[in-house]
Parts: sequence; C-alpha cells; structure tokens
Amino acid sequence: MDLDALILSRLQFAFTIAFHIVFPSFTIGLASYLAVVEGLWLVTRNEAFKTLYLFWVKIFAISFGMGVVSGVVLSYQLGTNWSVFSTVASPVIGPLLAFEVLTAFFLEASFLGVMLFGWKRVGPGLHFSATALVAVGTLISAFWIVSANSWMQHPTGFTTLSDGTLRAVDWWQVIFSPTFPERFAHMVLAAYLTTALVVGAASAWRLLRHGPLEEEAACLALRMAIGMFAIVAPLQLVAGDLSGKEVMRVQPAKLAAIEAFWETRTEQPFHIAAWPDRAVEGNRFEISVPKLGSLITAGSTAAEVKGLKAFAPADRPPVFIVFWAFRVMVGLGILMIGLGAWGAWLLWRTRGPEYSRPFLWAAVAMGPAGFLAVIAGWVVAEVGRQPYVIYGVLRTANAVSPVGAGQVSASLLAFMVVYAAIFSVGVLYILRLIAQGPELPPRDMDEPPGNPLAAGAREGAR
Amino acid sequence: MSLDLPLVWAGIIATAVLLYVLLDGFDLGIGILFPFAASPRERDTMMESIAPVWDGNETWLVLGGGGLFAAFPFAYGALMPALYLPIILMLLALILRGVAFEFRHHGRARGKAFWTAAFAAGSVAATLAQGLVLGGFIQGVTLRDRAFAGGPFDWLTPYSLLVALGLLAGYALLGSTYLIWRTAGELQVRARRWAWIAAGATAALLAVVSVATLFVHPRIAVRWGFENGAFDLATLAPLLPIPLVGLVGLGVVVLGIRRAHHATSLIGAYLVFLSGYTGLAVGFFPNIVPYDMDFRQAANPDNTLGLMLVGVALLLPAILGYTVWVYWLFRGKVGGDAGYH
Repeated sequence: MDLDALILSRLQFAFTIAFHIVFPSFTIGLASYLAVVEGLWLVTRNEAFKTLYLFWVKIFAISFGMGVVSGVVLSYQLGTNWSVFSTVASPVIGPLLAFEVLTAFFLEASFLGVMLFGWKRVGPGLHFSATALVAVGTLISAFWIVSANSWMQHPTGFTTLSDGTLRAVDWWQVIFSPTFPERFAHMVLAAYLTTALVVGAASAWRLLRHGPLEEEAACLALRMAIGMFAIVAPLQLVAGDLSGKEVMRVQPAKLAAIEAFWETRTEQPFHIAAWPDRAVEGNRFEISVPKLGSLITAGSTAAEVKGLKAFAPADRPPVFIVFWAFRVMVGLGILMIGLGAWGAWLLWRTRGPEYSRPFLWAAVAMGPAGFLAVIAGWVVAEVGRQPYVIYGVLRTANAVSPVGAGQVSASLLAFMVVYAAIFSVGVLYILRLIAQGPELPPRDMDEPPGNPLAAGAREGAR
Repeated sequence: MSLDLPLVWAGIIATAVLLYVLLDGFDLGIGILFPFAASPRERDTMMESIAPVWDGNETWLVLGGGGLFAAFPFAYGALMPALYLPIILMLLALILRGVAFEFRHHGRARGKAFWTAAFAAGSVAATLAQGLVLGGFIQGVTLRDRAFAGGPFDWLTPYSLLVALGLLAGYALLGSTYLIWRTAGELQVRARRWAWIAAGATAALLAVVSVATLFVHPRIAVRWGFENGAFDLATLAPLLPIPLVGLVGLGVVVLGIRRAHHATSLIGAYLVFLSGYTGLAVGFFPNIVPYDMDFRQAANPDNTLGLMLVGVALLLPAILGYTVWVYWLFRGKVGGDAGYH
C-alpha cells in the first residue's frame, strides 16, 4: 500500500464529494419548491407564483447541471481510487447504486429537458408533471444514496464467506438498515432548509434593494421561506437528535469523538468548546457544563457514556475535526431556529417581516448557512466513521486502489483547478441572476424560461 | 433460477455502453464540430438541437460505470485503476462541456467566448479520452490476483492513440449526420460537408484500426481465422456479417448525405458503429478485462445479479419509453432560420 496515494485519494474523495453534495442538497429542495410554486400557480393563477417559478428555474438549471457533472465523477472514482472497497462492497450495495441510476437519474435527466425546454410543446398540466417528476427523482436519488451510506455506517443483512467476501442475506435489512430512517429524514430536511435559506436570502436582498411594494413575488417567497424555517428547523433538531441516539447505539466511538469524551463514566460534562488532542488522550482545554453531556446524549445524568479510551488507539476516529464540525452544524441549526422564530414573530405581531431591515439583513447573512451545515454534518458522519470505510468491516487504509501517488496528485490538482473555476463562475452567474431579479412583468408562457438559448440568440452575443 | 445471470448482465452492460456511444456520440460530435460553425448563431442552433437530451444521453455512461460496479466489481476494480489517467481526463472534460450548456448563456462577451471554447475543447478531450480507454482496454490489462498490477501509462501506445483518432472521426460523423437530420438551411449544407469529411476519415481509420487490432493480441487474430500464418475461412465465415454491416452502413451514410434525407445518414453511421463495436467485442469476449479475466470471474453472486435484474426488467422499459417520448417531443428541425439573420 502506498501511504501517499491513500492520503491523496482520501483528500480527493473528500474534495470531490464535498463539492458535489452542495448541489444536490440545494436542488433536492429547489425541485420541490418549483413543483410547489408551479402547482400553486396552476391552482390560484396568482402571477407572483409564475414569476417565482420562471426566476428560480434558471438558477435550478445552473445548479442541477453542476450537480450532474460532479456526480458522474463519483460513479467512476469508486473504481479509480477505491477499487478494493468496490470489490468488497459491491455484492451488497451494488444494487442500491444501480437502482439509483435506474429509478432516479434517468427520470431526472429526461424530465429536466421537458421542464426547461418543453413550455411550447406540452400543456401546463404535463409541464407541472415534469417538474413534479424531477422533484420526485431527486428524492429517490437521496433515498438510495443515503441507504448505501447508512449501510456503510452500520452494515446489516449480510454475511462474510470463508474467502472473506461479503454476501447479502437479507435485502430488506441492507436497504433499510437500522439507522437509515433517521439519516434519510435528516438529509431531506437539510436539503429543504438549505433551499429555504437561499430563497429567503435572495428575497430579502430584493426587498432591501427595492422595498416590499415593488417586490410582490419576493414578499411571497420570503414568507414561504420563513414558514419553512419555523417548521423545518425545529423538526431538524428532532431528526438530528434521533440520528445522534442511533450513533450512540451503533457507533459509540463516533459519539465519543463528537462530544470529546475520553473517559467512560456517568455524569459526562458537556463541552461547549474544547481542544481535543489524540496525542495526550484528553482535552488540552475545555469549557464545560457538568453532567449535561450524559443528559444530552443518553437522556439522564446518571447514564454511563463511553469515552474514546474505551477503544484501541487504532480504532479511534479523528476527534478534533469531528468535535468542531458537529458544533458548527448544531450552532448553525440553532441560528436557523432563531431566524424562524424571529420571522414568525414578525409575521404574527407586526405588519410583516419585509419591513424589518435587521431581519432582512439577518436572512441575507444566513443564505449560505445551509451549505455550511450540510458539509459540516457530512464531515461528522464520514470522518466520525474512520478508521473504517465500512464500519467494523473494512478499514479505509485497506480499501484504496493500486495506483501511485503521482497519478493521484495529478488528478487531485486537476480537480481542484477545474472545480474552483466552475464553482466560482457558477456562483457568480447565480448571484448575478439574483441581483437582476425576476423579469417583470412575467414573460409569456410561450417563452421557454430555462432556455437561455433563446435569450442568447436575442442578445446576439458571441 | 436457471437464467445465466452473469451472461445476461454482460449483455445489459454491453447494451448500456453501446447506447451511450450512439447517443452521447452525436452530442460530443456536435462539440467537436463547434469550431467549424460559421457564426455564433449557428453554434446556438447546434447546441439547441441537443440541449433537452444531452443529460439523458450522458446518464447511459453512469449506467455503464455504475452497472459495471454493481454487476462485475472485479472488472470495475481492475479497469478503473488501469485506465486511471484517461478516465480522469474524460471526467474533467465532461465537466467542462457539461456546465458549458448553461454557462455559455449566462456569460457576457468574454465569458461566453470562454465557455464556447470549453464546450468544443471538452468534447474533443472527452472523445480522445474515451478512445484511449477503449484502446487501452483492447490491448489488455496486466493483472495479479484479479487486481491491476501494471504501470500508470500502460494504456498509452500508438494503438490507443489510433483508436482515439478513430473515435474522434466517428463522433464527428455522428454529430454531423445528426445535424443533417435536425437542422435546415445553411447549417444543414455545412453539416453535409462535415459529414462527407467525417465519413471518409471514419472509414479510413476504422479500416486501419481493424487491421491493427489483429496484431494487438494473438488471440484476436485467431478469433478471426488467422493462425501461424495460415488462414481458416471456416472461422472467418460466421463473422463476415460484421464487416458487411459496416460497409452497408457506409453506403447508407453516403445515400443519406447526398439526399439530406431525415435521419438516414445518422442511421447509416449507427450501423458503422454497431459493426465496429461488435467487431471489437468478438476479439476479447468472453473476457471483461482482456485477457486474463472473463465475465464470470468478475461477476457478483447470483443473488445480487438476480435482484438487480428484477429492477432492470421493471424499470428499463419505462426508461426507454420516456426517453423515446422526450425525443418525440423535441422532434423536428431546430432553428430552421439559422443563417438568415
């Protein structure tokens, strides 16, 4: 095994998947949002909904495209860099990934074409169906990938044969492994929150620039977003807590890393901040609340919770990263709940959130919070699973491909350059669209909204 | 179950890869032809002809890769590291051309020019990378214990470069014949000119690659009836329909270009690709990693393959159905007024 190739392959996978996850977590929510506003437009005929659809579908097209191309990379990277993982895991989770392609990717790709370019060619009902199918496709895709990930976190429903290969014995247990329901709920709620935060920030920005009277659609979108914060953010806290309870049950080492517990004891303190260090097997520094750790994680101050020293040093996940990523995620989640409560109060007791400039600025500032929380949560889940890639079954160090460090450093560098370029350009174009705002009055239905080709032709640019 | 599941799955993967080549082939071909368009407006029309379908076309590549992972993990695990650099090159190139569909229209003058170039360069690079992957695959991969055991540049040989050039010509043929079908006016006239050149280049390179392939590995020559300087017509005879289909395809291409008749030339080009594809497959089958791993050695257990086959049986007809529907929906000439403004 080539140590450098291992580290570089891990960096490459972390980089490419962290980049990728940003787009699905936005487009899962945005597809559902588009289906909702298109449906509301068909039912109410309120033009503001159509304005919102035509505006956000352009941003959807850019984000979805970036999600597709960065996703193709992952389906090959399992083989280029993690060939041993592929051969070991495939008999059990191969079908999950195959079903993702068959049930989700084709559906999304085909009906995306209808959604973006089909306005002239299908009726409103069929067009709405296309939008809804894309939204369903994104959720199905999340279902399978979270299913595969949950199995890697807590593998069940398989047996190990005498030659060391894995064999599925109960497909139900493979697909619906015990931690799957909580993880799936947590991921989908995260996607919805991420989208609501972006929609809220963009609407708040429009309102700060132009005021509520000129921005009817932005008022509507802001109020919808506040509804999402107020309902989904607290739900997410519940889903996250349930997921955490599962982690304690099946991955106690990860839980110990999340909370920087070293000793196994009752009345664990809760560390608000700490500097955990594996070299000294303890926290170099900590700000703690006594007994609260046991209460939060196990429901009682008297509960005994395992610390990292209960595990052999070679079986402990990196603590510092997991501890802090968890705090970033939860901290952002609390801010989201606060934003929802504030917005709900403004809706309830004042003439509206669109008149409160401090709230609008807060909503703008929280725009990227969903993305940061998703990435932080992903770090908690995946780094916390180390040193295993399939928990308890296959170590990451043994899963890597027989490729040299030279090749992997070249590819990592190339990914960084290309991704940096397309990320900054994509974000620039999305921000530019948000700054321009929706076109008013709404364009005629004849015009394909996501069809920038028509726009390009009109402008006669190069 | 009495079904020969590994064989069925070899067929499914082979079909997915073939469909990818036939469908994304004309998409990539349009990118290859991009620099030769007369005006930005023509480029818009070219892109418009594939914009609603390119994403679906590329999904067959994901099914090919994902299917190989799910059905033949040892082949996936051996081939991807063996072809590491061209695979990565292909992925990066597909990213650049994929985002160009949207970015090209949000960019201002310089941005638009950049993404126009990125679409063309990405299409060419992805095609060459796929050719290098194919060439490296046909040459054979060094294995030890069902894992790759060769060097990082094993795939880079005159043969694989030749295959890459052949694929470039072939995709340009698919792209230009697709444009003959989907466009009208000056752009169609230009597409016919491109198709002539691409057809000539494809025919010549396919012939050269065919001969070169006989020398790549002794087993291929044997398969086609050449052994120790002797020639066995009885071995060759049943395979003769393969080159024959290619020749018929070329004839159809010529006819289709002359008359600019709907999709005729594209169908001819498809016959040429079918001939080349089966011709190469005959040489390495039943290997899935030439020439040391056959598809049975690489396959997952029957319970995995069986479960997935149920999924394919239920879902593939639906996928094919709505794919055909989407093509039907977007039928007809695009931008028929191109070049008149």
